[in-house]
Amino acid sequence: MKFLDEYREYGSVHRMAQEIARWTTRPWTIMEVCGGQTYTIVKSGLQELLPLNITLVHGPGCPVCVTPVAIIDRAVATAMLPQVILCSFGDMLRVPGSTQSLLDAKSLGADVRIVYSPLDALQLARSNPAREIVFFAVGFETTAPANAMAVWQAEREGLSNFSMLVSHVLVPPAMEAVLASPQCQVQAFLAAGHACMVTGYEEYLSISDRHKVPIVVTGFEPLDLLEGVLMLVKQLESGSARVENQYTRAVLKEGNLQAQARVVEVFEVTHRAWRGIGEIASSGLRLRERYHRLDAETKFGLQMEAVQESDECIAGLVLQGLKRPYDCPAFRTRCSPDTPLGAPMVSSEGACAAYFHFGRRKSDGDSLVSLATTSN
Amino acid sequence: MATLSCPLPRPATERILLAHGGGGRLTNQLIEDIFLPAFANPSLNSRHDGALIAATGGKLAMTTDTYVVQPLIFPGGTIGDLAVNGTVNDLAMCGARAIALSTGFILEEGLPMEALRHVVASMRDAALAADVPIVTGDTKVVDKGKGDGIFINTTGIGLVVAQHPIGPEQVRAGDVVLVSGDLGAHGIAILSVREGLEFEGTITSDTACLWPAVEALLIAGIQIHCLRDLTRGGLSSALNEIATVAEVRIEIAEALIPVSGVVRGACELLGLDPLYVANEGRFAVFVAPEDAAHALEILRSQTVSKGAVSVGSVHEHRSGIVTVRSRIGGNRVLDMMSGEQLPRIC
Repeated sequence: MKFLDEYREYGSVHRMAQEIARWTTRPWTIMEVCGGQTYTIVKSGLQELLPLNITLVHGPGCPVCVTPVAIIDRAVATAMLPQVILCSFGDMLRVPGSTQSLLDAKSLGADVRIVYSPLDALQLARSNPAREIVFFAVGFETTAPANAMAVWQAEREGLSNFSMLVSHVLVPPAMEAVLASPQCQVQAFLAAGHACMVTGYEEYLSISDRHKVPIVVTGFEPLDLLEGVLMLVKQLESGSARVENQYTRAVLKEGNLQAQARVVEVFEVTHRAWRGIGEIASSGLRLRERYHRLDAETKFGLQMEAVQESDECIAGLVLQGLKRPYDCPAFRTRCSPDTPLGAPMVSSEGACAAYFHFGRRKSDGDSLVSLATTSN
Repeated sequence: MATLSCPLPRPATERILLAHGGGGRLTNQLIEDIFLPAFANPSLNSRHDGALIAATGGKLAMTTDTYVVQPLIFPGGTIGDLAVNGTVNDLAMCGARAIALSTGFILEEGLPMEALRHVVASMRDAALAADVPIVTGDTKVVDKGKGDGIFINTTGIGLVVAQHPIGPEQVRAGDVVLVSGDLGAHGIAILSVREGLEFEGTITSDTACLWPAVEALLIAGIQIHCLRDLTRGGLSSALNEIATVAEVRIEIAEALIPVSGVVRGACELLGLDPLYVANEGRFAVFVAPEDAAHALEILRSQTVSKGAVSVGSVHEHRSGIVTVRSRIGGNRVLDMMSGEQLPRIC
């Protein structure tokens, strides 16, 4: 398959891995920011190909994982309203709120539907004029343009039965939050290629400059990730810290200007709470004043009680790269994809679920080969 | 002047009514118009409460399964095909040739008769292809909104043909794992209709009777250690169940797993893993390494398994696990699926 196979080809991948080994003389800790990158790394067993002194830590770039409990609770409460059809991307359905997930709400009779695009939700609104269609808009910069488009379109058509529950988050403030942590061990970033496809990477220049940290905008296939690591290692070994673009087949420095314009027209930057991490200033998007009519939070005005996150879940530490999923006492015991305590155990992009599904256990060390071939 | 008139008898309806399950005239009409013509055989035609089956001295296998798929009719098949093939295949996985099926229908009030006819016709065709009579049946009708069109249960009895025991406990280190063809077509075909997704090139369900492939292996004298059809949960769940019972490690190589280009593309697009996607006409075979080449040759000679390939092998390991060697040479554990596969956000 074009654009996939050439980035998963055994020979090229191994040549790239050898090149990384040739350049690496010291231990380096690199964070891949995006959950999609974590998924590829764990699924393809990519860590095994890297020199032992390169450590990859998994960053906060999984939208499902960072959506706060309070918003999940609001989505569940909104879904339980009899007139509402709540539309969501698939992997949000299993995320536990304080007492229930959207799947639980569905089993209690709520009309919850999986859609692949906010424009599908818009279509539902057109064909169900007697129902209230609420789209649960989560995600990073990557999904923001399509969501903005849906709002813009709904406004233009005067669709009065469509609204959006918005919990959008932004990547750069999360990277800054990781760097600001006193225990931060991250020395370089593989930045999220698809978010940069929309935003470009000019904003990353000042992060790199202020924190003296190398950043490489990177794609999602094994060869992309290895090339990103190689570019970072070259910078780290030579003591430089600048922004580079590995994902040139998709990302322009200025990004997608049309998409940005639509996002800015519909959304504005706001403070946002991140599950397990807490509030990060200017780290989210909300609907602008003139689109308040389409804001599900205002429209239904549900009063929600303040909620506590599970104190056993160490998701916040995992998302900041301070702990590995298997460092959690609940990992694989009280917390599994069937009964998740925290969101990173839900989406396949979540670090905990990726470790669970693809078999990373502390006893493995970091090599699954040992697990697979010994311990009889 | 007002006229008094008796209501005319209701004409043969084009929709299922509650009375079709009431045991009266309409029930009989349904049996005579739809079921008997499709499934006709001496047992069923006798309209007895049960069917009599002649048993020889051999061993019998028995299985039951209930089918609740939506949509009822999808590219490459219907719920009726699944209901026949699924049960016949479960028997085949025991090394047994199906000799009789029963079928129970739960119909929803208001179901268009045409849909029922279509489903029943595909059951007839599937049963003919599998050479198995449907010898007894039952129909119930539930209120509108209490069902989902048609639910079907089929129970099958089979005659065990295999000379040696077949099952997970027979799997041992060194065995080779064969898969009968490309994976994921059924699950993606269903999903594409359900979600209104269109792909370049149609994806049709792989629903098929697997017995000819199993029978060919048995006739050729291949000593089959284990058979498993790769239905719900796909290859991953099947291998995990076997590894757990056999207390072995099963290793498969991602690069050897057959997945068609269009299914792979759909999975990439939707964030699904073809190893977890359901199949309705694919199975895995475990054989000793010295039998592997011959078994592959036999499988490839049968239409239903012409795409057979070897995908992995069995290794000693105290606790049952499945590992995958990725295309790039890394390893991972392939776990059971948790809940349903849900599409990822981005």
